[in-house]
Amino acid sequence: MPPAEFTSYYGRPILKPPVWTWEIAAYLFTGGLAAGSSLLAAGGQLTGRAEVRRAGRLAALAAVTASAGLLVKDLGRPDRFHHMLRVAKPTSPMSVGTWILTGYGPAAGLAAVAEVAPLLPTRGPLGLARRALPSVGRVAGLAAAVTAPALGTYTAVLLADTAVPSWHEAYADLPFVFAGSALASGAGVGLLAVPPAQAGPARRLAVAGAGLELFGAHRVENRLGLLGEPYRTGRPGRLLRAGRALTVAGVAGAVLGRRSRLVSAVSGAALLAASVATRFGVFHAGVASARDPKYTVLPQRARLDRRAAEPDR
Amino acid sequence: MADPPHRPTAPAQSSLPAADPAAGAGWVDAPPRMGFFTDTSVCIGCKACEVACKEWNGVPTSGLDLLGMSYDNTGALTANSWRHVAFVEQPRPAGHGTAPVAGNPTGGPAGPASVARSADTVTPTGTEPEVLPGEPPAAARTTEFLGMPAAGPPGRTGSAEGRSDFRWLMMSDVCKHCTRAGCLDVCPTGALFRTEFGTVVVQEDICNGCGYCVSACPYGVIDRRVDDGRVWKCTLCYDRIGAGLTPACAQACPTESIQYGPLDELRERAAVRVATLRERGETQARLYGHDPDDGVGGDGAFFLLLDEPEVYGLPPDPQVTTRDLPAMWRRAGLAALAMTAAAVGAFLGGRR
Ligand code: SF4
Ligand code: SF4
Repeated sequence: MPPAEFTSYYGRPILKPPVWTWEIAAYLFTGGLAAGSSLLAAGGQLTGRAEVRRAGRLAALAAVTASAGLLVKDLGRPDRFHHMLRVAKPTSPMSVGTWILTGYGPAAGLAAVAEVAPLLPTRGPLGLARRALPSVGRVAGLAAAVTAPALGTYTAVLLADTAVPSWHEAYADLPFVFAGSALASGAGVGLLAVPPAQAGPARRLAVAGAGLELFGAHRVENRLGLLGEPYRTGRPGRLLRAGRALTVAGVAGAVLGRRSRLVSAVSGAALLAASVATRFGVFHAGVASARDPKYTVLPQRARLDRRAAEPDR
Repeated sequence: MADPPHRPTAPAQSSLPAADPAAGAGWVDAPPRMGFFTDTSVCIGCKACEVACKEWNGVPTSGLDLLGMSYDNTGALTANSWRHVAFVEQPRPAGHGTAPVAGNPTGGPAGPASVARSADTVTPTGTEPEVLPGEPPAAARTTEFLGMPAAGPPGRTGSAEGRSDFRWLMMSDVCKHCTRAGCLDVCPTGALFRTEFGTVVVQEDICNGCGYCVSACPYGVIDRRVDDGRVWKCTLCYDRIGAGLTPACAQACPTESIQYGPLDELRERAAVRVATLRERGETQARLYGHDPDDGVGGDGAFFLLLDEPEVYGLPPDPQVTTRDLPAMWRRAGLAALAMTAAAVGAFLGGRR
């Protein structure tokens, strides 16, 4: 690790800290939750687990609705949110994400609406809808599930494609943290809403998601040298440690308490809370790295030194 | 101009290595790339550029802030300060070079509390040009008052030795109008665009204040205005240069520290100037942002500095973040595959 002594202009930050506020951190969670829930729902749909399907679809609609609200609210000019739809720009992960959400949102919405079919009258125009909705829901549910992995992972690129040192340098591992966290939160929905007899897939999803997330987070914290420090210290460090503890507790509860509805539900809630903590932790770690000029100067100095040592690059 | 250049048909993307960014953005018959060469060795810190910029561009006031660290009370480039004159007072002989990763060019540490207090601004001006104390030893630094000195300008005496036992460094900072501009690459609305002069400009009627560009700029230039919600920065006086005029700051500069012109010419002039200064004993003179092979493909606004870039608050080796974007998408794709595989496995991997 380079020495902590360095030169700066009166200790001022070189970068502008992100102007994004809690809404973006919260969106990282709700977007992941939507993605995880849609995958859960599609699995339930394809394997004939009606309750899993229903819980997943309803959670996905709630989460994607919250996501849209959070994203619009964080804009400096919320009334201009539709300007995002002027262009499709592959160099802008936010533009790519806008189009992913534009495809995913209506599909997830339709799939959830299809769940009201049994509540409709059997006759008249609504009766027609009652008969048509389940197949519409099946197609929409699969469409949502196909887009879901993109929705669950592009947010890692959204953060990494910035000059924020601890986000950018973590670009290889952040997608795995976010993918795992999305799966674990989707599994949390399943554990909360579904009787233990149908929750087998949710339990296995929890184990897989937690594994991915912990693997990614370990690499983020330990492979980045100085730039891993913001992930280990201060508020982001506390949030990420809490997230890890909740993840471990949630997975343990899901596996060991598989016969108890109560233990399963508590484990599901723990997994959801873990995802919130992890997302806010990653968010704040980046902000901290942009605020202190040492995270800008020292890694760049080290890079210059490396380049000077091998002149041909 | 006989043939007015044509507007680009596609949204500008600067991720291609473009020697001519205007052509790279789709302009046909573009005029030569224009830029700034800011020669800090003749800057006298008068701030005429800051004032002229505000006047011409109608930039709101930043309020009366006394930052308590030097004669610099602007603090940083913000949404409401598109030129910023940095002012470094050092108890160092002129010609001193700060060791890159050691020492403290801006004086001994002050208490974090006094730093925080002196760094506050009075009015909401976008990102506060505050001092953000990280670890106190690293960040909580301010200056000692050195009295009114008498020192000759650099490069006059044939030697930097013995002119004075300390020095003032002044530098008028500005948006670098990068060849590969992170801000422009990530803008999801197309509000940021590449002009026919190769500069980078925000269209204020398009920007929706998403803030992505703020985090993507490796120099911490572009900034969101708090009471307005949109982002603002130097336009290299797009309106003036389009009419054949010089940008307001360069026009106002009394020492020609800020020089405006075709970038090719400026680069030649800068190479001559830095050689002259070195010959005269100003061994620390160096150019910053002039190299088309650097991490941002070279700056449209580049500088002659008298010490390491970080002494002036500039990043020593900035890189455009989108350089790694293909690798990022590949990792995300891999993670997305893992996600799908995990979901399939969860449903097929057991009977209950
Ligand atoms: S310095 Fe920053 S704001 Fe200016 S063009 Fe480069 S990336 Fe954009
Ligand atoms: S804040 Fe405005 S200029 Fe910046 S990326 Fe967003 S839309 Fe583009």
